[in-house]
Amino acid sequence: MIVYGVALLSACLILGMVIGEALGVALNVEANVGGVGIAMLFLVFASNSEKFKTLTEGSAGSGIKFWSAMYIPIVVAMAARQNVAAAVDGGLLALLAGIAAVVVSFALVPILSKIGNSPATDDQKEQGAA
Amino acid sequence: MDIIETVFVRNNLVVAFAVVGVTIWISYFLADKLTNGRIHGSAIAIALGLLAAYFGGVATGGNTGVADVALLGGIGLMGGGMMRDFAIVATAFGVQLRELKKAGLAGVISIFAGVIVSFIVGAVIAILFGYTDPAAITTIGAGAVTYIVGPVTGEAIGASDAVITLSVAAGLVKSILVMIGTPLVAKHIGLDNPQSAMVFGGLMGTTSGVAAGLAATDPKLVPYGAMTATFYTGVGCLLGPSILFFIVSAFY
Repeated sequence: MIVYGVALLSACLILGMVIGEALGVALNVEANVGGVGIAMLFLVFASNSEKFKTLTEGSAGSGIKFWSAMYIPIVVAMAARQNVAAAVDGGLLALLAGIAAVVVSFALVPILSKIGNSPATDDQKEQGAA
Repeated sequence: MDIIETVFVRNNLVVAFAVVGVTIWISYFLADKLTNGRIHGSAIAIALGLLAAYFGGVATGGNTGVADVALLGGIGLMGGGMMRDFAIVATAFGVQLRELKKAGLAGVISIFAGVIVSFIVGAVIAILFGYTDPAAITTIGAGAVTYIVGPVTGEAIGASDAVITLSVAAGLVKSILVMIGTPLVAKHIGLDNPQSAMVFGGLMGTTSGVAAGLAATDPKLVPYGAMTATFYTGVGCLLGPSILFFIVSAFY
C-alpha cells in the first residue's frame, strides 16, 4: 500500500519536528532545532532496518520515492515564493553582507571537507604530521 | 474571465502543480538546446522561479513573491515550509548510515564554523558602514547567518525595526546567492560527494538555499546537505542573542 510509506514519512517528520521544537524550548531558542534533520535520521534508520520492511519496500516504498522525486518541483515553487524584491531593496549593505558571507563560506567547504575524508581523523593527522 | 479566476483560485494547489510542471519542462528544454546540458535544467527552473518571484513581489507589494498573485496562490502552499520539509525528509530514503557517520564530525564542526564565520563577515560589513551600536552590529551579523536568525536575534536584543529589516534582506541575498551560485562553484570547491555535501550544508545553513543549490548541482547530494543545514538556524538562534552579542558588546 502506497499510503503506508507516505504515513511512515509523515510520522518521521512529525516526530522530528516535535523533538526539534522541544530542543528549542529546552535551549530557550525561538526556533526548531534540527527537526527536519532528526526526521531524516528516523527515515534513514527505518529504511535501513528489517523491522520496517513492510513500510519501506514495494509499493509502500514508492509512496516515499514519489515525494522524494517531487522535491525539485517543490524547490522551484519555493524559489518562486521568496521575497526577492525585499532582497533587492535591501541596498548595498544587505547585498555586501550576503555576498561576502556566501563567498567566505564557499571557500571553507574544501578546507572543512578534509576532516570528513576518514573516520579516523586523528590517525590521519598524525600520519600527515609524520 | 470570472469563471477562470474562480476555478484557478479554488484549485490553487493543482494550478501550482501544472505551472511548475510547465516551468520545469521549459527549463529542461532550454538547458538541453541552449546550453547543451552544461547548465542543469533545475538550475534554470530555480532561476526562473526567483525571477518570477521578483516581478510578483514588485507587482503586488507582498512578501511571498509570485504566490501573492491571486491566480498563483497555490505556489505559496506548494513551496511553503511544510511541503519543503516533507520532500526534504523523503530524500533521505535510501541514504546509507555509513556515509552519515563518516562525515558526522566534519558536519558538526561546519555548522558552528558556518554560523560564526557568516556572523563575523556580516558584523564587519556593518562596522564598515559606520554602525557603532552593538545591537545593530549583532543583528546585521545574525542576518548574514540566515534571514531567520537576524530577526530572532534583533528582537531578543532590542535592535531597531530598520536594522531588523536590513538583516532579513542580508539573509535573503545569501539564500538566493546560494541557490544560484552553488551549481557554478560546485566543481571548484569539491562539492561532489556526501561528505563535502554535509560540510556544505553546515557552512551555508540556509535551508532554502542549500535545498535549491544542491538540487541544481546533483540531487543525490541533497539529503546530506539538508541534514546539517537544518541544525544551522537553531544553532544561530542560540549563539546570536547570547555569546555573539556579548562578544560584540565587549568591543563596542
